[in-house]
Amino acid sequence: MSTTDTQLDLWEVFIQSRPGSHYTHAGSVHASDNQMALQNARDIYTRRNEGTSIWVVPAKYVTASNPEDAGMFFDPSNDKMYRHPTFYKMPEGAKQI
Amino acid sequence: MMMDAIIIENAFQEKIDRDLCIEPKDQMPEKYRLHLIRQMSQHAHSEVIGMQPEGNWITRAPSLRSKQILLAKIQDEGGHGLYLYSATETLGISREEMIEQLHSGKAKYANIFNYPSLNWADIGAIGWLVDGAAIVNQVSLQRTSYGPYARAMVRICKEESFHQRQGYEIMANMMKGSTEQKEMAQDAMNRWWWPALMMFGPHDSDSPNSGNAFIWKIKRQSNDVLRQRFIDKTVQQAELIGLTVPDKDLKWNEEKQCYDHGAIDWEEFNRVINGNGPCNKQRMDHHIKYHNEGAWVREAAAAYQKQINEFN
Repeated sequence: MSTTDTQLDLWEVFIQSRPGSHYTHAGSVHASDNQMALQNARDIYTRRNEGTSIWVVPAKYVTASNPEDAGMFFDPSNDKMYRHPTFYKMPEGAKQI
Repeated sequence: MMMDAIIIENAFQEKIDRDLCIEPKDQMPEKYRLHLIRQMSQHAHSEVIGMQPEGNWITRAPSLRSKQILLAKIQDEGGHGLYLYSATETLGISREEMIEQLHSGKAKYANIFNYPSLNWADIGAIGWLVDGAAIVNQVSLQRTSYGPYARAMVRICKEESFHQRQGYEIMANMMKGSTEQKEMAQDAMNRWWWPALMMFGPHDSDSPNSGNAFIWKIKRQSNDVLRQRFIDKTVQQAELIGLTVPDKDLKWNEEKQCYDHGAIDWEEFNRVINGNGPCNKQRMDHHIKYHNEGAWVREAAAAYQKQINEFN
């Protein structure tokens, strides 16, 4: 970003669509402070009751994994099938398990 | 080409061929990135410039109901511009640069907004025909290969169908009105029909940017396919409310099961897109004026932010 940039900071917007559900990334807004970010997020992403709650996070504080390292990064979970319930052999006739 | 670039391009194309989305941090060929910046920023600018012909009628809307609806629609268009600017920023261009490119004329916006909105019937025609044509294009773009663009399109398509319906309602009401009102509606139809068809861009046989766009799956359907889809949907809607499509060569083709249409005046298209339409100068002057006059708001916000940071 150049020093003459006047377009304010970038914030990432997460919206909870109804109480109890996950917060989902909706997009981004520009704003100079947290109140402006919340209001802009409301105006831009929830004009039709899409949300009951909003998180805004300065984009510069988001750390993302690197797509090129995805194979190695997620590798530890590949060989541990015993973490899944379907790994186990249940005795014939066992119910409600 | 450098060896690294070949490896990156092969891995990229393999992903595209498997119908996987490309995300901002994924490696992508520079030409793909630049193609998207050009297309997406043009799309964002179109949403924002498109607010002007409609804003022209807010204070003169014929009822409180129609004024509220028009305000909501224009607010949506501003929102669509902002979704698209954000999505474009993920490609490494700043909002500031995009606005500079718009003001310098390097970046274009949809040619249709260089036509004036002369009376209330034009608001009906814009919603029904211009948003209607945009929807056909945008539904197809929901499956474009760049993730942030595709997601913005999903959101935009959900909101656009209200726009088209409110426009068609205006036209339908005017066609139930006095002789003068019917004439106004038909006149608006006559003026907006051909520019709406031009929104889909040049014919496939003459479309300079399409080759790579298809290979990279930025584009999924051709200009002519999308234009045909729009015509086939819209003719019935026009007939139902008593409007005549201003094309003497329009007729149903039983064999192809679609409408044949007359020749599009591409000379007019080129004249307008090259700056000589009725409103090109007005649209750009307006954007530059209000962008510059709003500078103090951005400066005040930045000063306030600086002050907060000093005390934290």
